[in-house]
Amino acid sequence: MSVETILFFILAAAAVAGAVNLIVQTHPIHSALSLIVVMVALAGIYLLLGAELLAAVQIIVYAGAIMVLFVFIIMLLNAGKEERTAISRTATWLGLPFAVVLTAVLGWRIAMAQPGPMAPGAEIPGTTRVLSQLLFTNYVFPFELTSILILVAILGAVVLAKRDF
Amino acid sequence: MNGFLANYGGILIDLVKVVVVMVVLLTVVAYLSWFERKVVAHIQSRWGPERVGPYGLIQPLADGAKFLFKEDPTPEGVDRFVFFFAPFLALALAMTTIAVMPLGPQVEIFGHPIWLSVTESHVSLLVVFAITALSVYGVSLGGWASNNKYSLLGGLRSSAQMLSYELSMTMSVVGIVLMVNTFSLRDIVEAQRGGAWHWFFLPQILGFVCFFISAVAETNRSPFDLAEGEQELVGGFHTEYASFKFAMYFMAEYAAMVSVSFMVSVLFFGGYLSPFPDTPAFHWTYYLPAAGGVIGGLALAWSGLRYHTALGRMILPVLGIVLLGVGMVCGLPAVMTVIQGPFWLAAKVFVVLFIYVWARGTLPRIRYDQLMAFGWKFLLPLSLANVLVTSWLVMLRLPR
Amino acid sequence: MPVASYAVILSAILFGLGALGFVFKRNIITVFMSIELMLNAVNLSFVAFGRLRFLLEGQVFVFFVIVVAAAEAAVGMAIILQVARNRHSLNFERIDLLKQ
Repeated sequence: MSVETILFFILAAAAVAGAVNLIVQTHPIHSALSLIVVMVALAGIYLLLGAELLAAVQIIVYAGAIMVLFVFIIMLLNAGKEERTAISRTATWLGLPFAVVLTAVLGWRIAMAQPGPMAPGAEIPGTTRVLSQLLFTNYVFPFELTSILILVAILGAVVLAKRDF
Repeated sequence: MNGFLANYGGILIDLVKVVVVMVVLLTVVAYLSWFERKVVAHIQSRWGPERVGPYGLIQPLADGAKFLFKEDPTPEGVDRFVFFFAPFLALALAMTTIAVMPLGPQVEIFGHPIWLSVTESHVSLLVVFAITALSVYGVSLGGWASNNKYSLLGGLRSSAQMLSYELSMTMSVVGIVLMVNTFSLRDIVEAQRGGAWHWFFLPQILGFVCFFISAVAETNRSPFDLAEGEQELVGGFHTEYASFKFAMYFMAEYAAMVSVSFMVSVLFFGGYLSPFPDTPAFHWTYYLPAAGGVIGGLALAWSGLRYHTALGRMILPVLGIVLLGVGMVCGLPAVMTVIQGPFWLAAKVFVVLFIYVWARGTLPRIRYDQLMAFGWKFLLPLSLANVLVTSWLVMLRLPR
Repeated sequence: MPVASYAVILSAILFGLGALGFVFKRNIITVFMSIELMLNAVNLSFVAFGRLRFLLEGQVFVFFVIVVAAAEAAVGMAIILQVARNRHSLNFERIDLLKQ
């Protein structure tokens, strides 16, 4: 039971608690806060898995910008508590156990899986240097495409959210 | 006992560091309020806190006592959890950035080499930016949870402002990262060794100006404090917050100021490095902290003996003698090497904090649309231009 | 078992919870957040598998997923804004104009 494993279980418990809270809460702002908790816990797990740049990017971009957008929208639209509408009983009684069984089977299969053929090269640390070398040499084309994607998304968001044209 | 120390010595040292840093930070935050009120008052040709103890020095303690005992009402219709949680979040985040700041070089204390910083990582610069990114929530959630349209407006404006200036703040630092090839704050400070002309504010003057202006806007301070401007929006996002929670927001703002001052000093002004080069000709500069303490203590004691209230005549000379004692302790060879780093860092942080307070007392408030236009249309392109020019120069391998 | 294998199981659990939220919640913003939760779970599995196979491509792909999620969140929020303005409700059972 190394420190790493204990830390992982603490962070995993926080992530699962946040995810359950997201589903259980009625007010969207509480769900948003729970999702932020999940993202921060995941950033901690990325650190444990050796992806330090990714952990920082997850917090700066995902938890610090995308979730702020969500929180803004919830505040602007004055989203209230969710109404209780009737959910079909069949869905609850059949669906929930099925989902649990599905997750359990998936988890079991993954746990029993043999690690595949290892790529040559030892443990590669996820430092910025190595990651950016990959991003800007092998994967520079998708990288540039994503910048165009963001530009298109900005234009789309501005046009879609206009009050009058 | 020896076995205990050998096994847990590392954790013990870390605990001691955390305790020392937290105590110092809380004291600095409290007395920063006194400092600000005094300086702004003198800029405005008045005295500032004078009555509560000599030179108003007990004012922060009086304010603290007031915050503890004042009624803490919770308005009707607020979201209870978020209302209670938002100020805690703001304060916790603002105080966490000090954890990765390099406070001093590696020194020998009782024979053990210790790095004077609470912790360190390869990406400590990004950690600071991550915490700054999360601090938007303290403001926006506080504004929303108050069930008050002015608070909501103030909170939304404030968080939009923080998001916009966060971009130019992060971009203006990329120039330094390009020059040093590392995200680690400790390595950035070590790369500035050798004297004041090696510090990064000279080659990165544009980055420094961009960073400082963005950081002032990011911490919601004058002249960018429209969101909490007393004249415009009552209190902005903290209108409905009373005693203790307001004190937490207050402390969070000052802690953010201190954190930004640390960042400016570490990134652009050499952090804990002395402005004098490290050659034997300049070894006399090692005595500067001691000299400062001794002279300051004597001056304080002298002015204290002639103070106009009896209480002042009792307290100030004692404070002066304490400062004198601290100065003489800094002259001891064992302490002298340890105190060099933190002394220079404290001096630089103090200067930056003074500029912050000076800006507040002098400059008029900027209107919100001017503020957003300035951030998006001027500062962001400027910081991007800085990145471009720096990357060209680094590519051409010029010495700057 | 290395930590990364536990992380894959965690990502399966989070994905399942996100799917539950997607199916059972009524507020469109909460549904969107469940989608983000599923994306995060997938990111975690990418990083974990990258760690298990000693490939760095896992982290590279997570970059792209985060960028795409940001773009999708921006456009999705704009759409939700317009829908909420028009139908005056965030409950997607009231947004059923295309239904017979």
